[in-house]
Amino acid sequence: MCGIVGIYLKNKKLNKDLGKLLTGMMNNMATRGPDSAGFAIYSPEKKNKYKYSVCFSGISFKEIKSQIIKKIKDAKIKVIADHLIIETVLAPTKVLDIINNFKNLSLVGYGNSIEIFKQVGNPKDVVKNFNLENFSGTHAIGHTRMATESAITTDGSHPYSTGKDECLVHNGSLSNHNNLRRSLTKKGIEIRSQNDTEVAAGYISSGLLDKKSLKETLIDGLKELDGFYTFISGTKNGMAIVRDEIACKPAVVAETNDYVAIASEFQAMAHLPNVNKAKIFEPDPGLVYSWGK
Amino acid sequence: MNLNLKKDSLRNVNNHLQNIDKKSNDRSFVISNPGGNHAICAGLKDEIEVTVDGHVGYYCAGMNMNAQITINGNVGTGVAENMMSGTVHVKGNASQSAGATAHGGTLIIDGDTSSRCGISMKGIDIIVKGSVGHMSAFMAQSGNLVICGDAGDALGDSIYEANIFIKGKVKSLGADCEEKKITVKDKKILKSLLSKSGLNDKNIDDFKMYGSARKLYNFNIDNVSEY
Repeated sequence: MCGIVGIYLKNKKLNKDLGKLLTGMMNNMATRGPDSAGFAIYSPEKKNKYKYSVCFSGISFKEIKSQIIKKIKDAKIKVIADHLIIETVLAPTKVLDIINNFKNLSLVGYGNSIEIFKQVGNPKDVVKNFNLENFSGTHAIGHTRMATESAITTDGSHPYSTGKDECLVHNGSLSNHNNLRRSLTKKGIEIRSQNDTEVAAGYISSGLLDKKSLKETLIDGLKELDGFYTFISGTKNGMAIVRDEIACKPAVVAETNDYVAIASEFQAMAHLPNVNKAKIFEPDPGLVYSWGK
Repeated sequence: MNLNLKKDSLRNVNNHLQNIDKKSNDRSFVISNPGGNHAICAGLKDEIEVTVDGHVGYYCAGMNMNAQITINGNVGTGVAENMMSGTVHVKGNASQSAGATAHGGTLIIDGDTSSRCGISMKGIDIIVKGSVGHMSAFMAQSGNLVICGDAGDALGDSIYEANIFIKGKVKSLGADCEEKKITVKDKKILKSLLSKSGLNDKNIDDFKMYGSARKLYNFNIDNVSEY
């Protein structure tokens, strides 16, 4: 099963409510995925500042903070539950190595705009643990997981991010991920888990590195990614949805003048403002829909 | 009688509608705030009228017998699945597998449906005023599917003895589905279904009819790629 949700705000006045809107969507999709949950929040980018989302374990915040500051002098560190957001001017080429050398840290995502949080447990508890209601931003993507392809761990949770300001959530399963993982790894894309979705995320990173747009990459993916899927993918500029040609995995889109919301089921968006006046449709199979700049 | 899903649980509402006293004069109900919930009006069995005011989730009006159910909104997967009798009228669009495996009754959809509309239908009449998605009437066994708009890929794949009437374009036909000559008897059926759906203005001569070529009924080595 799994539940996927996404919301892109057209009206900036709603930016402050992004977390609240997404919380309702995630809570309503808890029934589709009770094993773990995660979400990515995009806010206006700070050009020369990078944000690294990392998960820490087996160490106190105080201790890890002092260790990080020894390595990254200008780091501003925010703690939310078991996640840290490390803000610094240092580029990924330096910081990713530093993070990888910490035994107690695991990278969740990074970029100028994105923050990612994910955790094992019922989505209703996970969104509470991270105080999702308090987040603001321009667009957000979330996932509630019913594990099929890999273990119930934070590493097996969505969203997956394999490139700067990128993220992907997935309802479905891929059957050719092992082959693709090998060819993407050869190309230099780092894929950390055994999960099929992370391979699809890597495929998107690879396309974006080749200077293709997100939409072009997803169109190419229809031929390359074998399996069942509805994907919602985000970049700092917007988000896109695509369903495989068979379209067994559900998706509904609701669009108003203020926002575009995507979810596995309509009940995930029944609480959104003026949703009953929204244009509501199901994305056609094998077509890529995208919103943003 | 008004039933409010914001105030009462779905289980209580369905339980109430499934157990209407045969002698009761109160036989008309409105469900407000459906909120996209699943299985609204599932398993109704009495001659009652229910209007659902808003969008609903999966399997709405599933297994319906006798009830007249109207949905003022969109419906999720499997509306009126396994319906036995009665009428379900969707004022908006329907998701996939509308009327799946249904044995009888009438399903009217004012908007479009997505894929697999009428999959494995076993006697239901489905009238779609808009278009249907891919693999509609897949393995349809009996009954009628009327489509006023277009159909997606593989219409009527592996169809048995159901009839498909369509006014618009067919993107492609599925295995063992072919165009049939419309007889006077077929025209009568189509006319009555259109009239039942308030579509008296449609010209029955604009419709084409599709059904089974009956080549896949028995195994034939020449058709092995079609199985």
